[in-house]
Amino acid sequence: MSVLSGALLGVDAGPAPAAPPRDSHFGRNFMTTLALALVFGTAARVIELRPLELVRDAGNIGVFLRGYLHPSFAHLGEYAWQCVVTVCIALWGTLLAVLISVPLGLLGARNLAPHRAVYFAARRAMDVLRAVNEFVFALMFVTAVGLGPFAGMLALGIHTGGVLGKLLSETIESIDPGQVEGVAAVGAGRLHVIAFGVVPQVLPNFLSYILLRFESDIRSASVIGMVGGGGIGFYLWDTIRAFNDREAATVILLIVLMVMAVDVVSSRIRRLAI
Amino acid sequence: MACHASLNLHDRVTSRQCSARTVAPVMTAPMSPVISLDGAGKVYGNNRALEAVSATIHPGQFVAIIGRSGAGKTTLLRCLARATSPTRGSIRFGDVDLTGLHGRALRLHRRRVGMIYQQFNLVKRLRVIDNVLVGRLGHVHGWRRWAVLARRFSAVDRDIALRCLHQMGLLDRAWQRADTLSGGEQQRVAIARILAQQPRVILADEPVASLDVLNGRRIMDSLRRVATAANLTVVATLHHVDYARTYADRILGLRAGRLVFNGTPADLDAARLVEIFGELPEPLDGREAGALAGLA
Repeated sequence: MSVLSGALLGVDAGPAPAAPPRDSHFGRNFMTTLALALVFGTAARVIELRPLELVRDAGNIGVFLRGYLHPSFAHLGEYAWQCVVTVCIALWGTLLAVLISVPLGLLGARNLAPHRAVYFAARRAMDVLRAVNEFVFALMFVTAVGLGPFAGMLALGIHTGGVLGKLLSETIESIDPGQVEGVAAVGAGRLHVIAFGVVPQVLPNFLSYILLRFESDIRSASVIGMVGGGGIGFYLWDTIRAFNDREAATVILLIVLMVMAVDVVSSRIRRLAI
Repeated sequence: MACHASLNLHDRVTSRQCSARTVAPVMTAPMSPVISLDGAGKVYGNNRALEAVSATIHPGQFVAIIGRSGAGKTTLLRCLARATSPTRGSIRFGDVDLTGLHGRALRLHRRRVGMIYQQFNLVKRLRVIDNVLVGRLGHVHGWRRWAVLARRFSAVDRDIALRCLHQMGLLDRAWQRADTLSGGEQQRVAIARILAQQPRVILADEPVASLDVLNGRRIMDSLRRVATAANLTVVATLHHVDYARTYADRILGLRAGRLVFNGTPADLDAARLVEIFGELPEPLDGREAGALAGLA
C-alpha cells in the first residue's frame, strides 16, 4: 500500500476521486431470489421431494448393495455378446443418422438453402426428429418391424439424424463466407461450391460431432432394449425387475466398461480428426 | 457509340485527346469495349451507394478505381462481378447485359471474370494445388463434373494448375495447406487460381490492402504481367493513389457514389485529387514511396 501511495508513475498525485454513482441492484436481486425460491419450492412439492426417507430406508439400500457387491458371472458370455450387439446398434444408428443429417443440414443452413421455404421445412423436420425421444421412436418401430436390434437402430438413427442435422446446419451457418465466395466466383456450380468451399470448412467439426453423438448413442443403445429395441438393455430391465440383484450388477458393470472403452477410443479418434 | 446521349466520360476523354491533335474525333481503341456502364446506380435501402455511373473499359486496359472508403468502389466492382445487381441503368459485358443474368448464364459470366480479394479468399483447409484446381471448376463438363466432387480432375486440368502455380513461383508449395502460406504467397495462389480459370477480365478488390508494400508491389507486378501476357483487362480498386498512378492505364475516381474523374494517370493533378478525396491524400511513407518510385 505504501508503495502505491508513494508514486504512480504518470498518474496525477492528490486524493483519489470518488467513484461515479451507480444504480442499486438490490431490488432486482431480491426479486430474482424470491422468484427462484418459489419456482423450486413448488417443483419440490410436485415431485414429492422427501429427503428424510432416504435416511429412514438406509437399511433397504444395504440389502440391495449386498447383492450388487457380489455380481454373478454365470451368464457373462451372453451378456458380453449383447454388449457387442449394443455397439453394433449404435454404429449403424450413427451411420443412418449421418445419412439423414447431411441433406437436412445442408438444406437447413440459411446460407445454403435454395429457398426460404426449403430452409424452413428442413429446420422443422429436424425439430420434429429431435423433439421425439429415441424411446418413443423405438416403441413405434417395434410395432412396425418387430422386436429386436433393427428397431432400436432405426429409432436411434432417426432421432440422432435430427440432432446431427441441426449441429451441421449451425456449423455451416458459421463458416467464413469469403472462402465460399472465392469458389463461387470462378463460375462453379452449386454442388462444386459445397464440395470445395463448404465441406473443407465444416468437416473437422462435423466429424467431431459424429463421434460425440456415437458416444451418446452407445449410452442410449444400452437401455433401448428395455422397450424392445435389442441389445443389453433387455437384460438390464429383466434382471432388475426380477430383483435378481447379482445378475443386474454384472449387466451394469459390463455397460459401464463398454461405455468407458468406447469413450476412450472415440475421444482418441476425435483428437486425431481435428 | 461516341454519339451516345448519356454522359460517357471515356468518350469525352478520347474526343479531348483527339481534338488536341486536331483530328476528327475517332475512337482511339478500334476494339469494342469489354465493359460498358450506362447510368449504373445502386441503392441499398436509403443509402445511394452508386449514382448513374457511365464509363467504358476496353480490352487490355489496366483500370484503377480510387476514392475514399464508402465512395462506392467495392459496390461498383461487385456490380461488374454480378455479385450484386445495379438498381438502375445497365452494365454490359461484351454484348451481354449483366442485369438480367441468372442460373447457367450467370455462372458463365462468373467464369469469364476472375476475382481477386483483399482477404485472398482461398479455401484455407485445402492444399495449394486444390485451390488452383478450383479455378478449373467452371470448365469441367459431363461425367467429370461428378468426378471432381471427389477431387478427380483430368490430367489436362492438373497440368494447367501446375503450370499456373509454376508461373507464380509457388510450385514447391503445391502440397501445403493454403493457410500455412504468408499473405503475399496466398495472394499469388489466388492469382494462379485466376490464371487456371482463364477469364477475360480480372476484377481485384483492394488486392494489396492487407499486404506490406514490398509484397503489394510483387502482387501488382504479377497482375500487370499476366494481364499483358494474356491481353486481359484488369479493373482494380486501390486505396493508395500511388499504386494507381504506377500501374494503371486509366483511373476512375469515385466520390460519394459519383464518377468524378475518368482519365489517365497524367491527368490526375492535385486539383483532381482534391475533387476525388476532398483533400490531398497522404503519400505512402518515404521508404514505401521509394519502393514504388523505383518501378515507375
